[in-house]
Amino acid sequence: MGPAALLLGAIVVYPTVATVARSLYDDSGNFIAAGNYKTLFGTADILVAIRNNAIWVIVFPSLVTFLGLVFAVLTERIRWSTAFKTIVFMPMAISLFATGVIWRIVYETDPNRGVINAAVGTVADVIHPPGMYALPNIRPISGLTGTAEGGMVSKNAVDAGHALQLGLTGIPLSAVPPAAQAAQAPSPVAGAVTGEVWRDFSPGGHVGVIDPGEKGLPGMRLNLVSADGHTAATTVSGNNGAFRFDGVSGGSYHLALDAANFRQPFGGVNWLGVQSLTPVSGLGTTGQALLAIPLADLSAIVAMLWMWSGFAMVIIGAGLAALNREVLEAARMDGASELQTFRFVTFPLLRPVLIVVFITMIINVLKIFDIILSLIPDSSQQQANVIALEMYRVGFTSFTGKGLASAIAVFLFLLVIPVIALNVRRIRE
Amino acid sequence: MHTRATRRAFGTLTVAAVMTLAACGGGTTSSSGGSSSSGQQIGGNVTVWAVWSGTEQKDFQAVLDGFKTKTGVTAQFQSKGDQLPTVLGTAVTGGAPPDVAILPQPGLLHDLVKKGALKPIDSFVGDVLTSQYASVWKKLASDAGKLYGVYFKAANKSTVWYNVKTLTDAGITSPPATYDDMLKDMSTLQQAGTTPFAMCGGSGWTLTDWFENVYLRVAGVAKYNALAAHSIPWTDPTVTTTFQTLAKIFGNDANMVGGKAGAVSTPFPDCVSQAFGPAPKAAMVYEADFVGTVIPTVNKSLQAKSGYDFFPFPSINGSPAEVSAGGDVAVMFKDTPQSEALLKYLASPDAGSIWAHLGGFTSPNTQVSLSVYPDDISRTAAKAVIDAGDNVAYDMSDQAPAAFGGTIGSGEWADLQNWVRNPTDISGTETKLEAAAVAAYGH
Repeated sequence: MGPAALLLGAIVVYPTVATVARSLYDDSGNFIAAGNYKTLFGTADILVAIRNNAIWVIVFPSLVTFLGLVFAVLTERIRWSTAFKTIVFMPMAISLFATGVIWRIVYETDPNRGVINAAVGTVADVIHPPGMYALPNIRPISGLTGTAEGGMVSKNAVDAGHALQLGLTGIPLSAVPPAAQAAQAPSPVAGAVTGEVWRDFSPGGHVGVIDPGEKGLPGMRLNLVSADGHTAATTVSGNNGAFRFDGVSGGSYHLALDAANFRQPFGGVNWLGVQSLTPVSGLGTTGQALLAIPLADLSAIVAMLWMWSGFAMVIIGAGLAALNREVLEAARMDGASELQTFRFVTFPLLRPVLIVVFITMIINVLKIFDIILSLIPDSSQQQANVIALEMYRVGFTSFTGKGLASAIAVFLFLLVIPVIALNVRRIRE
Repeated sequence: MHTRATRRAFGTLTVAAVMTLAACGGGTTSSSGGSSSSGQQIGGNVTVWAVWSGTEQKDFQAVLDGFKTKTGVTAQFQSKGDQLPTVLGTAVTGGAPPDVAILPQPGLLHDLVKKGALKPIDSFVGDVLTSQYASVWKKLASDAGKLYGVYFKAANKSTVWYNVKTLTDAGITSPPATYDDMLKDMSTLQQAGTTPFAMCGGSGWTLTDWFENVYLRVAGVAKYNALAAHSIPWTDPTVTTTFQTLAKIFGNDANMVGGKAGAVSTPFPDCVSQAFGPAPKAAMVYEADFVGTVIPTVNKSLQAKSGYDFFPFPSINGSPAEVSAGGDVAVMFKDTPQSEALLKYLASPDAGSIWAHLGGFTSPNTQVSLSVYPDDISRTAAKAVIDAGDNVAYDMSDQAPAAFGGTIGSGEWADLQNWVRNPTDISGTETKLEAAAVAAYGH
């Protein structure tokens, strides 16, 4: 008993007491009583961290227990249950930090790198194929304005006998198709609308003028739109960028560059960004900071589920295997359906195990730290911050702040105590 | 926090560069060091801590080898990485600090002085600093009128790096000298289909560097130093003007790869790859001189000068040539003869010349000959620091308490990132910056 008490005193009791004491002093060693605690509850960044911990505690333990239960019940019934269990459990073999690194790549915004966006992008690009000139900064020079749909339309009405010069900029040379030929000024043709669409840029060139060396833009889809908004005719520009609508009858038209020319490929969702899942417009600065729950929170919870569902499954599975089969048989004999058996027999018998998993997970997410550090990009960490990470930042990344960091640690400790007490009581029972 | 980036940048320098050291060894320096006493063979030991690891550590070891030759003192170097502030704090509290440490932020120097951990060094290097350094370096290393440190290593943070081909393709033959010229060139680049900037805003410290360069030119050195000391608030009209000036670039999605969202999610050095990689997406990257050592690692075929180059951060409304700089300062915890000799040595042009010759290093010592720098680009960057003289403004966020100017996800880093997401919200950003500054500075 003596050595154990000594060890416990040295590595648990002393640091705890010292941390509590340290939390009452400022950086210069002056006693400031509850000063650090006032700062703690008066700093928006720390309140955001506390809020995120609350979200984690509310969402994660129930979700992971539920998933573990589903997996455990299902694996009892399938043929390859051992293989399935192994696969679901495998992420447990990876450190939390590595899990963060892996999921950072999974969540990459660029569909060429992040697997989730790649999957979404593959489907999205089939439904909405990107245009030949899908350039973010393509702009008309003169005579055209952008439309709400992403196309461009002539400012003035055109009619038969018109020759239009449609210069576009913001097109890198590499995006001009190799077949493109030099642009040529269009000449008017009676009974037709003619024109030229070209890359209106060359070093030292003039804006709105077809300068030598400037190339036409082939494959541009153009529409002739009548006054009532109907598309009267459609054509595609040639290799030199020239186009022509023949047989144009009287009346005035507008010329439009179809939005499909410029349709962007799927750009990827910024899964680790700070887009708010809750509406916060109309709130003040502090209100927005506190109530805007970033998408990154949800993404981090999913990554954590990937890691811990296997653990929950194994523990609950063990509980399931230890159930008294006779009781289940009896229920079935009495004519209970599978669902009723589960609801009224299996579930109540499993309750103690479920509670153990649930409480373990609460403790687990209260002290969550490394997955946020490694998964969440720097620019989202203010919004996806958690208490333990805030303690580390305040206390360990600079020379100062030890008092405040101690106060945060004490606060976190106080949060964990009731959960631990609950757990201890259950174990006693 | 230039240190983090510098280290990553230099970690990739070739070992070959180190091999050329023997040829240099301080032989190129003048004898005007004024440090005849450091030439005595006194022997003994001295311990040195710094953040440097990898190539930087090797290069600094070459400097220490030169020290050993000169004085017979063996310097035992320990790399402490990013943990240096924490480790030093613990060591000081525990009563076992090193003899000498080289600090990446001046804020740390003041913290240590407050703790009474540092020894004043006026008596034996004060004269050298006065005669061989611009006075700004001495002022930065002083606390309450006493000198505590020697700025050994400097970084020029007023360099805009550009991919030469993207500019010539757009018909831009000479890089811009003024901010307005730069905006004009940016619109030319856009017309040519090239995105002007690859932003590194995923790393908050790059945004503080942007802010500081513009602020320095909008408000001048005096105001700059006042804001760095937080003796004027972040709601000052000069701050507003600075944000408005920055918004001319950051306010337009077409100016940056991936628009605002891309600007705030791309960390350093990914932005360097975007502008200088094999398929460049942008023309320019703004960051300090160490970008020059990153570019060869992202694209081996790009040559200095012909493939990539830099221009000084452009002048705003006729502001004079001003340089925003970072630096590492050597301080002394124990006043042994060996520690004193080391500080004298680090202040001398001999020490600076050794590392300058190895590359990735700028010496603030005016007596280090520009001819020792290994290439034109590093020479130009170093010359700008020397020429700026007292117009050198030390990195503001590195002077600030770390809670404000050096922490991921809080203070200035996070506030500027949030501003990039929403550049029209200038007054809201200023209010948040001011609140964070008051909390961190305590006034």
